[in-house]
Amino acid sequence: MIYSVSAVGALFAFWLLLSGHYTPFLVAAGLGCAVAVVALARRMNVVDREGHPIHLGPRALFAYWPWLAREILKSGWDVTRIILDPRLPVSPTLVRLRPGQKTDVGLATHANSITLTPGTISIEVGKGEFLVHALTRAGAQGVESGEMDRRVSRFEAER
Amino acid sequence: MFAAAALALLATLALALVRAVLGPTVFDRAQAANTIGTVAMLLLAVYGFLTGRPDFLDLAIVYGILNVVGTIAVLKFFRYGDLGEPGEEEGA
Amino acid sequence: MSGALDAASWLLISAGGFFCVVGALGLLRMPDFYTRMHAASVTDTLGAGFMLAGLALQAGFTLVTAKLVLVGLLIFFASPTATHALAKAAMTRGLAPRLAGPRAEEEGPWKR
Repeated sequence: MIYSVSAVGALFAFWLLLSGHYTPFLVAAGLGCAVAVVALARRMNVVDREGHPIHLGPRALFAYWPWLAREILKSGWDVTRIILDPRLPVSPTLVRLRPGQKTDVGLATHANSITLTPGTISIEVGKGEFLVHALTRAGAQGVESGEMDRRVSRFEAER
Repeated sequence: MFAAAALALLATLALALVRAVLGPTVFDRAQAANTIGTVAMLLLAVYGFLTGRPDFLDLAIVYGILNVVGTIAVLKFFRYGDLGEPGEEEGA
Repeated sequence: MSGALDAASWLLISAGGFFCVVGALGLLRMPDFYTRMHAASVTDTLGAGFMLAGLALQAGFTLVTAKLVLVGLLIFFASPTATHALAKAAMTRGLAPRLAGPRAEEEGPWKR
């Protein structure tokens, strides 16, 4: 139930954000649409922890996202230097790693974070194993060091 | 100055288009199309500022959503040769 | 709009444009499909991120900024998913990545 209420709130906020016109009719229509969409989603059984993960508190997000942004900046700059280097010093490498996350949300966050960081891309994602393509050998070692794995696990565990 | 940003985005667009034409595999072309989609979103946002009509941001949002659905659909097609395939369910 | 804020926003927008062009340049220069995807992710993350941040500074604290944040979130959640789907589809179809040898001297010329 709490997921339904929060989903209605999020959808209604999304409507208000996109509309920009706050006449009584449009606001009421937005509320009606939000309730209707969540009612349909409940019939489809997709309103749950996975579809709408509010149990991941803001604390988790505010600890994890700034770290991820810093990683993206660092590796993005590295990839930029490689692209602009006339010798193109790439050493593409495939690595396998074992993610420590238990939930699907955690695994998806981990895989998406790997892909979002320039220089590493998750190719295959399973419960026990990721296959990661790295642009350079150094990038592959960075993935293997497991720092992202630890941080995503902490993110997943926080309530 | 917004014009300069728009020019940079147009240059990006042109380079990605060259990659889409060169190929060589279909996945290179799909990647180029994906990049073109992202850049088009940014270009819509910048163009809204350039002309002083921020309503263009709504178009950027719609374009972004369509871009994702389009990329996934095209990839599914090239992977299974069919859009109706449900995809793999591991362990199910 | 104060001068400092304006300057900061132009700096961010220029950086965004720079990284966009670099990503596309990488898309052309890289030797095979998998390495090209790394270049494209520079455009998707750094290019888009910096440019949207610069535009948000121009717009100030308005509904426009909220929409810019929405566009940013859309790119940041959707682009890795699309990239991953692309990589997986290519791997499933049997497109083998060119890999570097285990030792540095085996690397050879990477330019085509």
